[in-house]
Amino acid sequence: MQFFLEPLSYSFFRHGLLAAVMVGALCGLIGVHVVLRGMSYVGHGLSHAAFGGAVIGFVLNFNFYVGAGVMGFLAALLINQMTKNKKIKSDAAIGIVTTAMFALGIVIISQQRTLNRSLDAALFGNILGITGFDLLVIGVVTTATMIMMFFMYRPLLFTTFDNEAAQIFGIKTEVVQLLFALLLTLSIIVSINIVGVTMIAAALIMPAMTARMMTDNFSTMQIYSIAIGIFIGAGGMYLSYFLNVSSGATIVLLGALIFSLSVLIKNIRERNILRANLHHHGNLIHSHPRNGRHHTRNNTDETVKKK
Amino acid sequence: MNSAISLIDVTAGYESTVVFTHLSLEIHSGQFAGIVGPTGCGKTTLLKTILGTHTVFSGEVLLNGQPVNNVRNKKIGYVPQLESVDWSFPVTVEEVIMMGLYAGKRLLPWQSKEERERIHDLAEKLGIYNCLRQHIAYISGGQRQRTFLARALINNPQFLVLDEPTSGVDIKTQHEVLHLLGDINSQGMTILLTTHDLNAVASHLPWVICFNNGVVAEGRPRDIFTNEILAETYGSEIIIIKHGDYYLIANSTPLNL
Repeated sequence: MQFFLEPLSYSFFRHGLLAAVMVGALCGLIGVHVVLRGMSYVGHGLSHAAFGGAVIGFVLNFNFYVGAGVMGFLAALLINQMTKNKKIKSDAAIGIVTTAMFALGIVIISQQRTLNRSLDAALFGNILGITGFDLLVIGVVTTATMIMMFFMYRPLLFTTFDNEAAQIFGIKTEVVQLLFALLLTLSIIVSINIVGVTMIAAALIMPAMTARMMTDNFSTMQIYSIAIGIFIGAGGMYLSYFLNVSSGATIVLLGALIFSLSVLIKNIRERNILRANLHHHGNLIHSHPRNGRHHTRNNTDETVKKK
Repeated sequence: MNSAISLIDVTAGYESTVVFTHLSLEIHSGQFAGIVGPTGCGKTTLLKTILGTHTVFSGEVLLNGQPVNNVRNKKIGYVPQLESVDWSFPVTVEEVIMMGLYAGKRLLPWQSKEERERIHDLAEKLGIYNCLRQHIAYISGGQRQRTFLARALINNPQFLVLDEPTSGVDIKTQHEVLHLLGDINSQGMTILLTTHDLNAVASHLPWVICFNNGVVAEGRPRDIFTNEILAETYGSEIIIIKHGDYYLIANSTPLNL
């Protein structure tokens, strides 16, 4: 018990742990839609655009969140607008818009010749430097996103599954997409201070992908993803404390480890199920998997033939 | 007969490409019609124009006499091409059917008692009750088609629009699906579908629209399926073999076995 309590005696650790848990839950929830929409690259892109905005905000003496938020949301809208042109694929639009905004930030930094501490934190994450104000912002965004996504569960699920059909069935898909872009941008911005621009995509994707390995049910996937996000956040914080290494990077590495384990366990489980379902009839091997289809394999032939 | 769907002098297409021009077409209430034509002839564009998801360059699309984009509750049930569905998406059969109710006012994620009863009743009617809890990837082609049909029907639509419901399934399933649609139509629902399967159309559908960037001909299969009309629709010779009341339609090029 002392093992867990000892780091909590430091206020920087308590702040960091709380932030990591909230951001883990937030990224876990929103990451499910990011992964299922095939938008994994967007988290990476938007965080770069937000960094460009943070630099402009720094030069114009704005708060970090204002600059990053405005630029991140602008990038999301621009990407959305560009992809309406069928000749521009979403990955190309993300690459063009967000890299341009990131480059703008780099140009401004090279002119200023100084890198503010908060910008340094934005690039690589600085969870131990989390302030009370940061915690408040993360708490408000996490709570608001959770509430919004709870009440938007139905239209969000339908638009994520099939946007065109959702529109035909009467869902206001444009409004849903806009609100999702807003929530995603806000989530990325508040997460930047935890893991940094360079690793935000991993924080978004890993809990959701791990959860996907564990279930075929959408609502269960959301719950698992939130729980995994919290576990990775908290576990990463403790590990980084005891190993005395970077917190953001440890959180991401722990996420990668858990994801790898989930893939391994899934493969072993599927192999065991298949093996348990196989039974012999003379020289034939039959399989009755859960889909009810009947597979037959000749004992001397490695090829599975469908009956 | 009342006109359910009317296209009046409609020109539509994608960006700078015009797919069809000055098209006028009427689908009457209670009609069961199939659109046939070669790949790329504009069948899907026509469906999307009717569904109101495709902007027209000129002309008017009316649904029960009202411009389609002004109708808030279109009362259209839609079944997409099965090939376009992401089968790895983590949803069960029950969740897919539920989506048909998602445009309603309920904000809570879970089903109400009334919703659950509606889903279970419909699933039982369509013969998919036993697979409600299964992931969509683990059910058969016929069950998949019925699942999306259930999603389209759950909100009691007036019109049912299906994009290629007979593609990607075996002949027995094709037969079952078209019979089921016939039963639904006999209860008064207007049904419009696209298909490549002329034989299925000839044996199951009462009305056919031959389409190739415009309406080539429309009418009962026995009147429409002539060598001339099919040759004009498909741009190649097609053989029609009549056997009593049955038709067999085949490509004129023999198999090179």
